Amino acid sequence: MKRNLVCKLCVLAAVAALSSVAVARDLTVVSWGGAYQDAQREVYFKPFMATGAKMVEESWDGGVGTLRTKVKGGNNNWDVVQVESDELLIGCEEGLYEKLDWAKLGGKDKYLPDAVNDCGVGAIVYSFVLAYDGDKIKSDPPKNWADFFNLQKWPGKRALRKGPKTTLEIALLADGVAPKDVYATLATDAGVERAFKKLDQIKGSMVWWEKGSQPPQLLASGEVVMTDAYNGRIATANEKDNKNFKIVWTNNLYTIDSWVIMKGSPNKAEAEKYLVFVNDPQNQKNLPTKITYGVTAKAATAMIDPKVLPNLATAPQNFAAALYINDKFWLENLDKLNQRFNAWVAK
Amino acid sequence: MAIPGGGEAAALRRALKRSRRREQVRAAALVLPLFLFLLATFIVPIGAMLSRAVFDTEVAAILPRITAELAHWDGRQLPPDAAYAALIEDVRAAREAGTLASAATRLNYDVAGFRSLLFSTGRRIGGDLTGSPRELLSSIDPKWNDRETWAVIRRATGPVTDFYLLAALDLRRDENGAITATPPEQAVFRNVLARTLLISGVVTLVCLLLGYPVAYFIARQPPGRAAALLFLVLLPFWTSLLVRTVAWVVLLQREGILNSLFLSLGLTDEPVRMIFNRFAVYVAMVHVLLPFVVLPLYAVMKGISPSYLRAAASLGAAPLTAFRRVYMPQTLPGVGAGCLMVFIQALGYYITPALVGGADDQMISYFIAFYASKTVNWGMAAALSIVLLAATLALYAVYDRIVGMNRMRLG
Repeated sequence: MKRNLVCKLCVLAAVAALSSVAVARDLTVVSWGGAYQDAQREVYFKPFMATGAKMVEESWDGGVGTLRTKVKGGNNNWDVVQVESDELLIGCEEGLYEKLDWAKLGGKDKYLPDAVNDCGVGAIVYSFVLAYDGDKIKSDPPKNWADFFNLQKWPGKRALRKGPKTTLEIALLADGVAPKDVYATLATDAGVERAFKKLDQIKGSMVWWEKGSQPPQLLASGEVVMTDAYNGRIATANEKDNKNFKIVWTNNLYTIDSWVIMKGSPNKAEAEKYLVFVNDPQNQKNLPTKITYGVTAKAATAMIDPKVLPNLATAPQNFAAALYINDKFWLENLDKLNQRFNAWVAK
Repeated sequence: MAIPGGGEAAALRRALKRSRRREQVRAAALVLPLFLFLLATFIVPIGAMLSRAVFDTEVAAILPRITAELAHWDGRQLPPDAAYAALIEDVRAAREAGTLASAATRLNYDVAGFRSLLFSTGRRIGGDLTGSPRELLSSIDPKWNDRETWAVIRRATGPVTDFYLLAALDLRRDENGAITATPPEQAVFRNVLARTLLISGVVTLVCLLLGYPVAYFIARQPPGRAAALLFLVLLPFWTSLLVRTVAWVVLLQREGILNSLFLSLGLTDEPVRMIFNRFAVYVAMVHVLLPFVVLPLYAVMKGISPSYLRAAASLGAAPLTAFRRVYMPQTLPGVGAGCLMVFIQALGYYITPALVGGADDQMISYFIAFYASKTVNWGMAAALSIVLLAATLALYAVYDRIVGMNRMRLG
């Protein structure tokens, strides 16, 4: 009888121990995997753990549905997640993330204005830029989006990302709309008309890409003379494949990936400590030397290696006339403009 | 010798019937596994997917009160106060349950801007309410004073809808519920369907023109050589579709193999544009689909005795006449089978045009994939699938009418 009781107590103790382990899991940080997460590991994860903090990392492929399932399913095992700008917007609206305490993060003024959101703090800044092959266009290179549309001076094919998002902005920028007026113009029917009219100029010379890996290939194979591209892909092609691709930064279109804390995270305090750590300019300044993404703390940009800085969206000269891609606008209008774009392309 | 009486004859008949039935049951039992397999893996999932084009229950489940209110709204003037109150209750409940986004997404398909209308409304009614529901909503957004806004909600409350199917045919309902054409700058799908049929037709024709002489040639070879040639025809089947398509990219691109050859031979001064256009789509699709017309043609031609042609010649027919009047008619079942197979497969092509075609060479499957995986609008994907399925079945029926299914032969 007595032995039986001891056994029962043992089992109870074991169950209690196990469940307390389950509750007190380590801080779980989720990012995009690949070369990017490798860089983050060196710059953020390992130094963070060296301070005595405990964390594990995971990676994901995006999709707000994944986060929705985690939070609504009540079985969430993620604490800090890096999300794209549209996932930040939708998830915040739906209450999937904790609201951030900006005082703890050093105040909103410490960051680029577009990196500040109720639910997220910007992690990296990257751009859609105009790119061409410096070995093929040697003298008198294109300087802006208007030149992208100039088929007389630079004959040959052009490539843009398939779909209305970014394409319509580029068309308006090429037509002389100032970056600050682009979305106000695009919100009107006349503005949409104007963008498509501009695109008509080069419609016969267009190649459309869908994956970020395609623009460097299209340039390398000589299929197109100019393309828009993610700036990081162009830098990688130059570095790894010895290409001489050039970037025109004028009126580049930039976007920001952000860190969020998942709603109801049991590790909220640790998550906040992590965010404080990765937003320290002293730590942020090391990321661009590993991978060509800009960072969001204003003070960090000044400390970045001057050899690396010109390749970043956040370099002052690149950032000056840049356009922030407005996800709020696209969330509302993507269905309508997708349809319009598909109809235009099919004509 | 005993002649069986009436009773015995009936017993015999019953026994015979019983044993026949047993045989039938046994036969059915043999087919049953395959039937169940098809049902579980083919018919049920496809049916479930296609049903998404017509069933529209999401909004009604998320916004039940306003659904009930609008069910007896005549639509000619603004809905009654009760509807405004119901909407406020629904939006608040959906916001708390976290389901407002799904409803907003569905409503935004119909009218751009509905998403933010619902969310801004949801934010504003989170606090304490004062004043009548109608005044409150109007003060949040004047769109709530617009009849069309309520008509959009009613259109989305199901349980069945023709919204997606109409959209797939470039049609829509106006605020009075009448069917009208989609404005031309938004119309896509009729154009795409016509293009799909055109590309499939051209590919079928080219396959037939190229495949017929090949099949004829192989059918007239001695068996050993015929087997070797058939092996060559079949070879592409053992290579993945993706690899074959990408191989065409390598061959056709601006600085690809063909263009360097043309340039070095001095045939052109400028690289010829051969990829990301209709030409590349035709070349790659014909290459992939050619065996499907060669094989049935070969099988049919193999069965045609050469003595027919000899007989025709001995009766004074010129070779061309003998071919046209005697040989060719006998190959028609093979032509029919080959063309039908190529055409129906071509209708559903997706990867090849996506990789080697330009933006205006995409076929209907591209748009099905676009809605299914990119914008996650399953209703639209299902509606386009129904259009594709209907087009295929219609062609099948036309073929049956003109040629007759019983005349189709694969060998």
